[in-house]
Amino acid sequence: MSDIFPKWTNKLPLQIAVGALLMGTAVSAGCWYYLTPKYTRVGYQPIQPVGFSHATHADQLGIDCRYCHNGVEKSWYSNVPAAATCLNCHNAVLSTDPRLELVRESGRTGKPIPWVQVHKTPDYVYFNHSVHVARGVSCVHCHGQVNKMDEVQHAKPLSMAFCLECHREPEKFIRHPKEVYNMDWAVAPEVQANAGERFVREWKIEASQNCSACHR
Amino acid sequence: MRYFLLALMLATVAAVGVAGFRGTLSRKPPIEVFPDMDRQAKLRPQVPNAFFPDGRSSQLPPSGTVARSRKMVAGNESVYPFEEGPLTTGRITGTTNFIELNPFPVNVSFIARGQDRYQITCSPCHGAQGDGKGSISKYGFATIANLHDKRISTQPDGELFNTVGHGKNTMSGYASNVSIDDRWAIVAYLRALQLSRVAVIEDVPADKRALLKK
Ligand code: HEC
Ligand code: HEC
Ligand code: HEC
Ligand code: HEC
Ligand code: HEC
Ligand code: HEC
Repeated sequence: MSDIFPKWTNKLPLQIAVGALLMGTAVSAGCWYYLTPKYTRVGYQPIQPVGFSHATHADQLGIDCRYCHNGVEKSWYSNVPAAATCLNCHNAVLSTDPRLELVRESGRTGKPIPWVQVHKTPDYVYFNHSVHVARGVSCVHCHGQVNKMDEVQHAKPLSMAFCLECHREPEKFIRHPKEVYNMDWAVAPEVQANAGERFVREWKIEASQNCSACHR
Repeated sequence: MRYFLLALMLATVAAVGVAGFRGTLSRKPPIEVFPDMDRQAKLRPQVPNAFFPDGRSSQLPPSGTVARSRKMVAGNESVYPFEEGPLTTGRITGTTNFIELNPFPVNVSFIARGQDRYQITCSPCHGAQGDGKGSISKYGFATIANLHDKRISTQPDGELFNTVGHGKNTMSGYASNVSIDDRWAIVAYLRALQLSRVAVIEDVPADKRALLKK
């Protein structure tokens, strides 16, 4: 037999097995690391048509999120403000600044500013802003510290695992509705544990895990 | 085997080198790994849509139409939001005179609602105190009114309501951002705010006075 198969082939089956195992591990690790929303989405930061900064407006000037995103409490959809909202101030502030030319043009003609959408759930997912903010889920939980961002970036994965992490145990994450719009709010874990449980009990929160809640 | 391990190592390093780490900033839109039904032929608000001539998915209502709505009730008055009446215009019907008093019954929860809305919509300019020293006033917006001015605190409620909805001179209106009942709530809160500046200790019920002393 040794004429056909040289000696080194004796080790071949073992080598193939080990090699396949290593390959398999590397490929699965790669898929796990690279093909989930934690990699594909987080950090997405498109170039916006106007250099609008949340850090300037929400943090430095202290404008409430709802001054601009005024639909967020009432509807499933959190609107991006119309140019008229910007012009309330920018008619007087930086009224001739070239950085705001597109805003003024939009205000004159009604042509929308082509903002690039950052957060986009797949179309088969049903999401609703108003239920969450009314029940004490803060913007910061799903969007990160927007008030510190000069340009909005996709800070959280917003994957199904991310949604379910909270729907299983909402008491770990919800806060008093007064603090929902306060991006810098922080609380000690033991206070959160008590308060969260009380909210869940008193408001009768049932964050559904049924498939049909989010895929309807 | 040695070559295989070397190749695997190189491939890993190359993959990490090309793809980077989680959370790195990227200007490119996210990859959709299995894009089966991620993007369906349906309308989402505020995205471009080629179907309509103006290219928008959120269409403006055609002129002459009104949104489906329910009657608003305030005290013993009730009108549709699109009808003209003291509740929706702040004026006595058929005249240009403003109504003197808020048509909504003013109670604590109504004023609290007004406070909430005031702090969202008005305080960037007029300041939480209403003195016109909000954060924007430091950036060259010089004309912001002090809401404790005699001229403003003596205006009828209807006139304040009209200012909130339709603006005045250099202030723009907030009709599209603040609903009618919220505008009246803001007016109620504004009255409370103005009173707080001219209040004297005798205005406070005797049993509550002790609470004011620090
Ligand atoms: C002065 C108006 C204004 C205020 C105040 C404001 N925003 Fe925004 N926001 C915008 C505009 C305009 C955009 C669209 C441009 C962009 O993405 O930068 C936007 C975009 C966003 C987005 C990304 C939307 C997308 O495309 O996915 C999020 C999330 C967001 N805002 C959250 C917040 C939060 C949270 C606050 C309160 C801390 C806030 N915003 C306050 C005007 C505002
Ligand atoms: C409540 C008032 C207010 C509103 C509403 C507002 N801005 Fe501003 N904006 C300001 C002020 C104040 C500054 C700072 C000016 C300065 O630094 O001199 C500013 C600065 C800017 C700048 C200059 C860059 C920077 O960050 O300093 C841009 C661009 C801008 N705003 C865009 C917008 C857009 C777009 C909107 C509408 C979504 C908007 N603003 C809404 C008050 C406002
Ligand atoms: C429970 C998680 C969650 C919370 C809390 C939340 N958002 Fe969102 N937000 C999302 C998701 C998911 C999307 C993508 C929705 C879509 O695909 O249309 C989104 C989209 C947005 C958009 C972009 C809308 C568009 O299509 O351009 C804005 C603006 C926004 N959110 C603002 C806010 C603000 C302001 C708050 C706090 C008041 C908030 N969000 C709270 C999950 C959340
Ligand atoms: C931090 C906690 C939290 C996160 C994250 C979260 N949710 Fe929720 N969700 C809640 C709570 C709390 C409720 C309210 C339940 C109630 O009112 O009883 C809720 C309600 C809902 C409802 C309404 C269910 C119904 O019965 O109509 C939907 C749909 C929903 N969430 C979808 C999502 C999706 C999709 C995501 C991920 C993008 C998400 N949620 C992420 C806490 C969360
Ligand atoms: C709290 C909301 C929520 C609930 C409950 C939920 N899902 Fe999802 N699901 C999502 C979101 C959000 C996505 C989109 C994930 C993404 O974009 O990466 C998703 C995606 C999916 C996908 C597609 C995955 C892909 O990448 O192609 C499947 C399949 C799915 N869900 C099945 C289910 C089933 C089965 C259930 C019931 C056991 C369920 N979901 C319950 C929110 C939910
Ligand atoms: C973008 C900044 C800005 C915001 C936000 C704003 N105002 Fe004003 N407001 C002004 C300016 C500027 C004036 C002075 C107008 C003038 O006389 O030129 C004014 C004037 C007024 C006046 C006096 C009108 C008169 O008769 O002279 C009232 C009352 C008033 N504002 C109420 C409000 C209320 C209530 C809100 C919240 C819904 C609000 N404003 C939000 C800038 C603002």
